[in-house]
Amino acid sequence: MSAVNATTENLNEILSGEDIAPTPQASVAAAPTRRTPYFETESGKRLVENTLTLFKNAIPPLLGMLLFVGLWGLISHSVKNIPGPSETWTSAVALFSDPFYNNGPNDQGIGWNILNSLYRVGMGFGAAALVGIPLGFMVGRFDFLNRMLSPIISILRPVSPLAWLPIGLLVLQKAESASIWVIFISSIWPMVLNTAAGVQRIPQDYLNVARVLNLSEFKVFTKILFPAVLPYVLTGVRLSIGVAWLVIVAAEMLTGGVGIGFWVWDEWNNLNVAHIIIAIFIVGIVGLLLEQGLMLLAKRFSYE
Amino acid sequence: MQSYVQIENAGMMFSTKKGTFTALTDINFNIDQGEFIALIGHSGCGKSTLLNLVAGLLDATDGVLLLANKEIKGPGPERSVVFQNHSLLPWLTAFENVYLAVEKVFGGSETKAQLKARTSAALDLVGLTHAAGKLPGEISGGMKQRVGIARALAMEPKVLLMDEPFGALDALTRAHLQDELMKIVAATKSTVIMVTHDVDEAVLLSDRIVMMTNGPAATIGEILSVDLPRPRDRLALAHDPHYHDLRSRVLEFLYSRQMRPKEAA
Repeated sequence: MSAVNATTENLNEILSGEDIAPTPQASVAAAPTRRTPYFETESGKRLVENTLTLFKNAIPPLLGMLLFVGLWGLISHSVKNIPGPSETWTSAVALFSDPFYNNGPNDQGIGWNILNSLYRVGMGFGAAALVGIPLGFMVGRFDFLNRMLSPIISILRPVSPLAWLPIGLLVLQKAESASIWVIFISSIWPMVLNTAAGVQRIPQDYLNVARVLNLSEFKVFTKILFPAVLPYVLTGVRLSIGVAWLVIVAAEMLTGGVGIGFWVWDEWNNLNVAHIIIAIFIVGIVGLLLEQGLMLLAKRFSYE
Repeated sequence: MQSYVQIENAGMMFSTKKGTFTALTDINFNIDQGEFIALIGHSGCGKSTLLNLVAGLLDATDGVLLLANKEIKGPGPERSVVFQNHSLLPWLTAFENVYLAVEKVFGGSETKAQLKARTSAALDLVGLTHAAGKLPGEISGGMKQRVGIARALAMEPKVLLMDEPFGALDALTRAHLQDELMKIVAATKSTVIMVTHDVDEAVLLSDRIVMMTNGPAATIGEILSVDLPRPRDRLALAHDPHYHDLRSRVLEFLYSRQMRPKEAA
């Protein structure tokens, strides 16, 4: 695409006479001037260079994808019941042509399943942010609190998220709330820890400025603490949303309801392996999008 | 006449894991209003510590420091500091950085328009009106340092404290800012204490040079009066024998009498 565009541009340039030293008529009389070959002009060289870098950047990922699809094809040939790439593609096209149908609670379109999962992640993750970020600020600001909570955090953080599910079911009585609870408890730690680390790493210079100016606590928070810690908070948020999305599939497999995790399990019971593979891609792509979106947000708030 | 800043028997000890470390001891020194003082010495001699004592960022463990007959307790805007690495808040524009200080000092008694006018005037003083809307990340090191100076000056401090303000700058930018600082100080008649490790800078700018001995337990080794007439011109001074005489006295103190311990060993 871009190569074609660039060529027309350069054609215009050549026609406008920029690359041709004298006009064609004059060149007859003047010393024999050779028209510079296109690939030796500035724009021509640039085109070649751009095309090369484009290829250099695009070739490795393309090659990786190709290798992946190739391996997949090979496996599907030798292992019974595993659908190949083309079969999966046809199935995906059919699936996404009607994403929002609703035939009762156990048979809904893929769109509904994704949205339901995102809703649970949003609730659990939102609650975790509401609790975790202020908690992180306090842990970072007050050493006493830090020393008080760090043993608890150290013990609870490595616990597998699903281990919390029975507690959630027991206390909250409902599958829906229990899976939100699992998201909450598994995604809160990165936010607490990163926010606390950010508060502890505020450069002393900024705090000295606050001291020399005698700023009020409110001003210190809004003008110094909050903006200085924001990039760390966003790192925590990014890690958390990754964890939350990772956990929702497993939680929904156990709790049921409408959601991408339950859908995977349902398709397993139907022995629709193509849909399971599609689900894997969906989970991966949605997770990637969530993380990239937050990366963009984080870039907006980094000042260095 | 009473001195403006009085430092009496000031000493500073830090408690470290290896026990107490005496950084400064027996500092006795008075500064008059409108004086420009340079603190010079080898690195680690406690000159920044002394400045931080006057700033109130550190509390002296011994002795007493007075400003206009009042004891210095904690930092305050009447002793504004120009930090070594500018210390601008990177999420605020040059204008907002200065405004934050102006608002704090004059916000109680002046209208918003007046505060904004003060901020603009301070930026104008350091020649940065055109960069008022820029973030610190978008301007050069010299410009950042000038915003830092504008912020400190805009607070109309009783004493302006500068901690190696031009140390991180290239020689040409440094010379330019030194000239600007001389003009500003002449116009505002500020009392200034500046930490430096640059002998030429000390002689060019100051009325007196306080030379510190090597740490630990550093103290004032010698005080040199710089009786060069003002306004001073760096080019004219380059041919002034008295300037060279003063300069060599500082150099002699630093390099023959207070040879750095490591090099001496």
